Amino acid sequence: MPSSSTAPDSMEPEVVVTEEDLATTDEILKQHQYDRSEMIAILLGVQDALGYLPVPVLKHLAERLEVSPISLFGIVTFYTSFRLNPPGRHKCTVCMGTACHVRGAVNVLKEFERRLDISAGSTTPDRHFQLETVNCVGACAIGPLVIVDDEYHGNITPIKIPRLLRRLERDKAEDVT
Amino acid sequence: MTGKIRSVSELHEFQASLKEELQGDRTVITLCAGPGCAASGADNVAKAFRKHIEEMGLTDQVTFKCTGCHGFCALAPVVAIDPAGYCYEGVKQADVKDILERTIIGGEVIEKLLYVDPETGEPVLYEKDIPFYKHQDRILLAENRQIDPDRLEDFLAIDGYSALAKVLDEMSSEDVIQAILDSGLRGRGGAGFPTGLKWQIAHQQTAEPKYIVCNADEGDPGAFMDRGIIEGNPHRVIEGMCIGARAIGANQGFVYVRYEYPIAVQRINQAVDQAREAGLLGENILGSDFSFDLKVVMGAGAFVCGEETALIASLEGKKGEPVQRPPFPVESGYRGKPTVINNVESWTCVPHVIGKGAEWFSSIGSEGSKGTKIFSLVGKVKNTGLVEVPMGTTIRKIVYDIGGGVPNGKSFKAIQTGGPAGGCLPEDLIDLPIDFEALTKAGTIMGSGGLIVMDESTCMVDVARYFTRFLEEESCGKCYSCRKGTQRMRELLDDICEGKGTLDHLDLLEELGETVNNASMCGLGQNAANPVLSTLRYFRHEYEAHITEHRCSAGVCAALIRYFIQEELCDGCHACSKVCPVEAISGEKDLEHEIDPDVCITCGSCIEVCPTDAIIIVSGSGEEA
Ligand SMILES: Cc1cc2nc3c(=O)[nH]c(=O)nc-3n(C[C@H](O)[C@H](O)[C@H](O)COP(=O)(O)O)c2cc1C
Ligand code: SF4
Ligand code: SF4
Ligand code: FES
Ligand code: FES
Repeated sequence: MPSSSTAPDSMEPEVVVTEEDLATTDEILKQHQYDRSEMIAILLGVQDALGYLPVPVLKHLAERLEVSPISLFGIVTFYTSFRLNPPGRHKCTVCMGTACHVRGAVNVLKEFERRLDISAGSTTPDRHFQLETVNCVGACAIGPLVIVDDEYHGNITPIKIPRLLRRLERDKAEDVT
Repeated sequence: MTGKIRSVSELHEFQASLKEELQGDRTVITLCAGPGCAASGADNVAKAFRKHIEEMGLTDQVTFKCTGCHGFCALAPVVAIDPAGYCYEGVKQADVKDILERTIIGGEVIEKLLYVDPETGEPVLYEKDIPFYKHQDRILLAENRQIDPDRLEDFLAIDGYSALAKVLDEMSSEDVIQAILDSGLRGRGGAGFPTGLKWQIAHQQTAEPKYIVCNADEGDPGAFMDRGIIEGNPHRVIEGMCIGARAIGANQGFVYVRYEYPIAVQRINQAVDQAREAGLLGENILGSDFSFDLKVVMGAGAFVCGEETALIASLEGKKGEPVQRPPFPVESGYRGKPTVINNVESWTCVPHVIGKGAEWFSSIGSEGSKGTKIFSLVGKVKNTGLVEVPMGTTIRKIVYDIGGGVPNGKSFKAIQTGGPAGGCLPEDLIDLPIDFEALTKAGTIMGSGGLIVMDESTCMVDVARYFTRFLEEESCGKCYSCRKGTQRMRELLDDICEGKGTLDHLDLLEELGETVNNASMCGLGQNAANPVLSTLRYFRHEYEAHITEHRCSAGVCAALIRYFIQEELCDGCHACSKVCPVEAISGEKDLEHEIDPDVCITCGSCIEVCPTDAIIIVSGSGEEA
């Protein structure tokens, strides 16, 4: 079934959701007139605003929309774009689409996994890096493609990865742990 | 925009005034800001152009615009200069001032920015003479180059919405449907169903309201035709949908765009707003009795949602699981009402059919497949990008004349058509014309137009495994045959790739493949074995070599290959040992180096940097892969 980073980390401390997060969620619900057929747009909106979909927020959504938490959870885990864990500070997304695959995306992903010591779909323990994969973003002509914090980088090989990562390490000191 | 356009004659007046405004003797600099070019720094180039044009006081002579994909993405970022018709490639921020000073003011060509034809070694001055473009027939894509997709005015200036006006002014629903039927247009999203027939069935339905949908889910990983159109020419899609809605009697439509295309989402939303403001969407379009509006809906990353019944479920806010057909969506679709779903490119063809006539459209293409088709030509081919050719064009023409062949002196091995559920065709079929019938006969499908070129360093077993894993992950899980079948096939392929396969694995794969295709409900499962079956049909020897000789001749399957430094060629320059991420390479400076196969993680970095090509991949009993 299509799902990527949707299993909540079991090692996570209890997720804390603020009043503000719930208010943001309510605001988004209102924009969509509490319409259940807008479920995916609502979930995407909440995820955009909060960075991920915390389980307590999902429960809150289920209550407001009068659907069972199970069916809501079913939707969230069905689509790959939803994530149940807080994002990392920097997101590296490796394209695993066909065009990138035949040009060596597997080695690119392996090298990211090795250097960050995490597997795709997860975040480093300090939440500095988040590693994701995507099946094509439409820039196939310049694959293998990696997206680093929304910026596209074409023709990536394992050799180019240390430089990409080094740039992202500069603000490590600012991380709140 | 200046308010609503209230009638067909007002539209024509407005178009004429825009044309006049945009013509004249201005030089037009067109920068491609499509996906490939944007990823190669087009944004900064655009900023530089705007700044320098202003600073150099050229605003009165020069129009600068950013457009969607021009097609030849391999040259990214590309700049076209009109009316001269020059094309500059690989343009950097630092080149911008030079272009303005030397080409725009000085009238001189900058040779280092021209494309060099590898055949002749000569620079090519005009875009139209570049082989990549010369061998195409660009009808849909040609417009990308002409319009700034942020501006409705640009679209109107190329007679945009004239086909809609014609429909409102002089055609009945029946006329429109007849024209689409006569044109021979078949759906561009996969199955090639005749578009006119689909509309006719929808038109005959008595249930109300009716809906229309644009399928912009573009799930094929490795294809970006639809992204190219939506980002480059969003109003053409809207115009096509308006015409379709008028023909079947719908007042509401949806554009379902994948979440992974944020720019496409923004462009189509903006275009919908512009169209509404101009009276081209909404109540009483162009003063007629026809009302129609559009809503843009985002998918959330599930390949199966491109399947029409799953797409409808997703539109309704549910899990995108397919349901049994019949009833087909034309009878019972969105909220149980008649719903016409067409692909982006199908909708884009519609205004051209209406504007230029069914006869014109049906004069292009092959016997059973009419018009042009856009392909996304990617993988191991020199000229990657978006290609538009008449249906029935041969693979050879696309790969060699347009694509320039395989790079790095390697040889062509196969081409994959039809996306994950398509198939791979071998070199002997290179003269096959690409149309719906010919591809199906050869054991693959047209799909939506992804063409992935593979060379000698692509392992066909690995490719089959790649697609099978993709389908395993994307199967919605409803059918046992699809859910479990893709998993079992992938496990068998894993074994083979890891050197643990037996010849029995091949028989099992074939048997299982047939079952999966026959027993599954939707198009995903029904074609899920195509990658395996087509590679077994044409590349069985590669499977056998993996099994009996533990040999991956492409040098891809990590468990079966070894990186090896040829002593006699190694200069001991340390280049490889410097980049090796795991210190697998040892050797004194200026003496031969050696790779420890137990440490090597087969990342390929050393081969990339070795200046003397001393490093090779060996497989099987030690021969070069
Ligand atoms: C698994 C699966 C995925 C599909 N993905 C797409 C897609 O991404 N885009 C598309 O236009 N059609 C896709 N289709 C085909 C649609 O179901 C449908 O046939 C098509 O959108 C109809 O439009 P057309 O007649 O204009 O081709 C897919 C079909 C299947 C079975
Ligand atoms: S064939 Fe596969 S994807 Fe299609 S409905 Fe069945 S399980 Fe789902
Ligand atoms: S393939 Fe990679 S890991 Fe192996 S020797 Fe070369 S650089 Fe090192
Ligand atoms: S396959 Fe990687 S961008 Fe399309
Ligand atoms: S993105 Fe610029 S040519 Fe394709």
